[in-house]
Amino acid sequence: MLTGFPILSTLIWLPIIGGLLVLFAGRNNDSAAKWLSLATVVATFILSIPLWTGFDNSTASMQFVEQVAWIPMFNIHYHLGVDGLSMPLVLLTTFTQVLVIASAWDVIKDRVEQYMGAFLIMGGIMVGVFVALDSILFYIFWEALLIPMFIVIGKWGGPKRVYATLKFFLYTFLGSVFMLVSFLYMYYLSGSFSILDFQDMPLGMTAQILIFLAFLAAFAVKIPMFPVHTWLPDAHVEAPTAGSVVLAAIMLKMGGYGFVRFSLPITPDASMTLDWIVIALSLIAIVYIGVVALAQSDMKKLVAYSSISHMGFVTLGMFLVYDIVQNTGSMQGAQLGMEGAMVQMISHGFISGAMFLAIGVLYDRMHTREISAYGGVVNKMPWFVLFAVIFSMANVGLPGTSGFVGEFMVILSAFKANLWYGTLAALTLVIGAAYTLWMVKRVFFGAVVNDQVEQLQDLNKREFAIMATLAIAIIALGVFPGPLMEVMHTSVGHLLVQATTSKL
Amino acid sequence: MLHTILTLILVSPLIGALIAGLFGRQIGRVGAHTATILGVTISVVLSAYVFNQFVLEGAEAYNASLYTWLVTDGIRFELGFMIDELSATMMLVVTFVSLMVHIYTVGYMDHDEDYDHNDPYYQRFFSYISLFTFSMLSLVMANNFLQLFFGWEAVGLVSYLLIGFYMKRESAIQANFKAFLVNRVGDLGFILGIAVVFVYFNTMDYNEFFAQLADNKDVMIEIIPGVEWSMITLMLILLFVGAMGKSAQMPLHVWLPESMEGPTPISALIHAATMVTAGVFLIARLSPAFEMSEVALSVVLIIGALTAFLMGLLGLIQTDIKRVVAYSTLSQLGYMIAAMGASAYAAGMFHVLTHAFFKALLFLAAGSVIIAMHHKQEISDMGGLKKYMPITYIAMLIGSLALIGFPGFSGFFSKDSILLSLNEAERFGSSFAYILLMAGVFITAFYSFRMFFLVFHGEESEYVKTHQIKESPWVVTVPLVLLSVPAAVMGLPMIEPMLNGTYFGSALQILPQNDVMMTVYTTYYHGAVDMIVHSFLTLPVILAISGVVLAYVMYVQVPTLPAKLKKMCPRGFYVLDSAYGFDRLNDIVFVDGTRKLGHFFNRVVDGKIIDTGMVTNTFMAVSNSADALRQSQTGYLYHYAFVMILGLLAMLVWTLW
Repeated sequence: MLTGFPILSTLIWLPIIGGLLVLFAGRNNDSAAKWLSLATVVATFILSIPLWTGFDNSTASMQFVEQVAWIPMFNIHYHLGVDGLSMPLVLLTTFTQVLVIASAWDVIKDRVEQYMGAFLIMGGIMVGVFVALDSILFYIFWEALLIPMFIVIGKWGGPKRVYATLKFFLYTFLGSVFMLVSFLYMYYLSGSFSILDFQDMPLGMTAQILIFLAFLAAFAVKIPMFPVHTWLPDAHVEAPTAGSVVLAAIMLKMGGYGFVRFSLPITPDASMTLDWIVIALSLIAIVYIGVVALAQSDMKKLVAYSSISHMGFVTLGMFLVYDIVQNTGSMQGAQLGMEGAMVQMISHGFISGAMFLAIGVLYDRMHTREISAYGGVVNKMPWFVLFAVIFSMANVGLPGTSGFVGEFMVILSAFKANLWYGTLAALTLVIGAAYTLWMVKRVFFGAVVNDQVEQLQDLNKREFAIMATLAIAIIALGVFPGPLMEVMHTSVGHLLVQATTSKL
Repeated sequence: MLHTILTLILVSPLIGALIAGLFGRQIGRVGAHTATILGVTISVVLSAYVFNQFVLEGAEAYNASLYTWLVTDGIRFELGFMIDELSATMMLVVTFVSLMVHIYTVGYMDHDEDYDHNDPYYQRFFSYISLFTFSMLSLVMANNFLQLFFGWEAVGLVSYLLIGFYMKRESAIQANFKAFLVNRVGDLGFILGIAVVFVYFNTMDYNEFFAQLADNKDVMIEIIPGVEWSMITLMLILLFVGAMGKSAQMPLHVWLPESMEGPTPISALIHAATMVTAGVFLIARLSPAFEMSEVALSVVLIIGALTAFLMGLLGLIQTDIKRVVAYSTLSQLGYMIAAMGASAYAAGMFHVLTHAFFKALLFLAAGSVIIAMHHKQEISDMGGLKKYMPITYIAMLIGSLALIGFPGFSGFFSKDSILLSLNEAERFGSSFAYILLMAGVFITAFYSFRMFFLVFHGEESEYVKTHQIKESPWVVTVPLVLLSVPAAVMGLPMIEPMLNGTYFGSALQILPQNDVMMTVYTTYYHGAVDMIVHSFLTLPVILAISGVVLAYVMYVQVPTLPAKLKKMCPRGFYVLDSAYGFDRLNDIVFVDGTRKLGHFFNRVVDGKIIDTGMVTNTFMAVSNSADALRQSQTGYLYHYAFVMILGLLAMLVWTLW
């Protein structure tokens, strides 16, 4: 663990430097840009594995810590570290990056080096968001991520990309400005920008409420939660495949991560008072958004709405602790919900990534995402449909896939908090199956509907490798969720203590 | 040792399924069916060993964990085995019927109009049925609720894949979608039932759950403020909703008739013999809990009896050979569930066992007819097939006699134990249920033999006259013969231990005052032979025989009668023909209703209110002010973004200065 090697910095800066190199060295040389990008993401992923193998499950304190003074005048530090909450998300990021680069391999023909470079830089920044322990550093990473994503959608996006990018940018930007104000306020009180110091400092109720709402604005937009979710379907529809994958698999998780790193530990009393807002919005996400997903005619939009619905389980699981303590007098059951939420984030990373990649495979061939343009794809692409059905079943939350684990845990925990929370959350069993399998039925099954489908070619080796990797990840996490849980136990336990200890 | 054997029983079909599924093209047809049949054969042989140990030798129940899925919050979520008389019996039945179906499939799936011969559909089919066997085994062998749910959903998945096996047909992919959704409605209840178990018992393990039942007898749960229910009743009813989905009880029965879109071998295996009895198995497994709630048992009883009667009536008018058998399955499932509701768990399970054999037999025989008819399934195209297909004819006859409960055949013993027990039951709804089930006996006999006479006797249809009809190959007829034997005789040695409770031993727990089967045993039972002899004077057998006679009169003697009857009561026919309107109700309320709601939300709430109202107006304001600036700038959006970030940083520095 204390190897002295700055592993977290490496995970941030290796892809960023690699990205810059690709931008310059890959100009007019697509092949070099591709191979250099692939080498970078693979190296980053391999270097991130020691985070898992060297991780100490028995402590909730930060590990692999790096800290140097950055702007001493304001007590701002370059302070990095991971615990059981962030480490899995870092691995998810480095893992997804490999697939993202592979997915763009033959698909992007226009300005390859810029595309690849943008994604590499994004990868480093995303790791930065998950490992930063100084709030200013965190904020910089948080906002900086918008730029490459903005460029990716704006440049390689669909016809309505201008509308989508501006909507995306304004939403997330406006949300996070309030977060920055909160950081500054807490700095004035404590003289520190350290997130860990924020977690330990006492805060009055009014301050907590305001800070909680500021955080909620930032994180609710990012996750996204109803009613600030409408930017996501538009962004997805316009984004190129890899953009959607990063958006769904990782960027949405930043909102969930924000709740566990900031809201719950920094403003526990406000969280207790206002938990009903999050719970109500989560249940709306699960039920209402699920019904909206049924009405979509564009596959990407459908999966985007499905993402919002699934992220409802994340936010629901995180805020169940207060009702459980209030109704049963003990914390028993809260850990289940919180860990369920965390697993749901990882699992959703795999599943949504897989779904968007699958849609990308079809889009690359037919250049449309309209459900009605398809039908009978299975007759021409049996291997593809095998994977697509596995991913869809995971999206439906079938046991044995990762999609089941988090949903199951959160439903049980929600039922403990309140019978009706559990019941409403469990409606996803029917609604999720309805919108997902209805799409499966219309797109994949049936007789071949038109000549374009007739011409479809099954997966090539590269696509097969990507799909197979994700399918294995989804099934492995569904069958053996234990190891992931063990990483989280101590940190989640610590978080629950923080969340239920009054700061007044 | 035992642990290894159990693990082997469980995983060998899975290995077969993986081999056939992933390497189907490489190993070819023979490789695929050899691998899967071998896998299932290992399971059958070892299951027979386990059956011998636990049922015949009466070994102590075995409970052990296989692996830990996850541990959190002090609860272990595990996969494991609970082997006792109940699971050992189910294991043998599941693996045996599965083996028969595997062999039969070699013949049935050999040629298929829907698939090109080069398509590895054949290998895929074998992979699926082996995968199903694995899933069903994990369901019946489970020692905890989590694994039960795993198996429960896994069999649902395979059922989905198999109903939609002919995936080019719109009707097939509509049917499997519907089956999955309706089952999910049941699973919704099921998972909430598991949630109650989690909240009040803090365990997933059956034994730990049973141990705490007594302490939780009087726990109440507040559904809405001011309304309190018994926690145990609520839990059981929720779990029973799950059972209603899988075991196709009204009103969640609508998927089963359409599941006949799948190839016939799986109709036999999944939608008759094994998977659909999972709900009955669930109640038997949880008998210690069900015994604690009269209310839950009454619900079970009434739903079962209604299903048995009303679904039987629908069997009267079906014209597709598989649909007749399908409705008869629905009706028989109702008998089993009703038995459960009367605390006659052993009788219900007994019927599960006999039904597994005779219904699999009936389906496979129907499949044999379908092969001979070149995949025509309309009864009106058949007629007079007796002389062309003697083996199938006898198999179908044995199956039908067992189904209607003709004295001596397996179904007679199981159905009679249900009826006798119900007669003794004093639960709310039991007399109502008794009448329905008794009427059902007549209906069953009538529709079974209506089909039998129309297919094998009477005039040969044009189709039969003009086409060459011949008996099916040996891979088809051998399973028929092998299934005929238990369908005919298995009831005889089983009736006594079933009635006096020694068969299932402590696997089923019944309160002494509820033990109606024991009353039947002590009051009426004087040996199996005596039971057969005296039965000819009892109401069920009289009803069954009159049903057969009436069918003979109407369909062989005076074939013009049915059409006249239909003309005489068009309303009645309409009600039956529309299957009581369940499908229309579902279509209008749930399917269209939800779809319209979705469109409304999408267009109005998300579209008009949130997007146009909240977002675009803000956006327009920002965009208008940006327009002015845009004139002098580069026009690239990301430049703006960059400038905004820089500006923000400058602002930050300025504030802090």
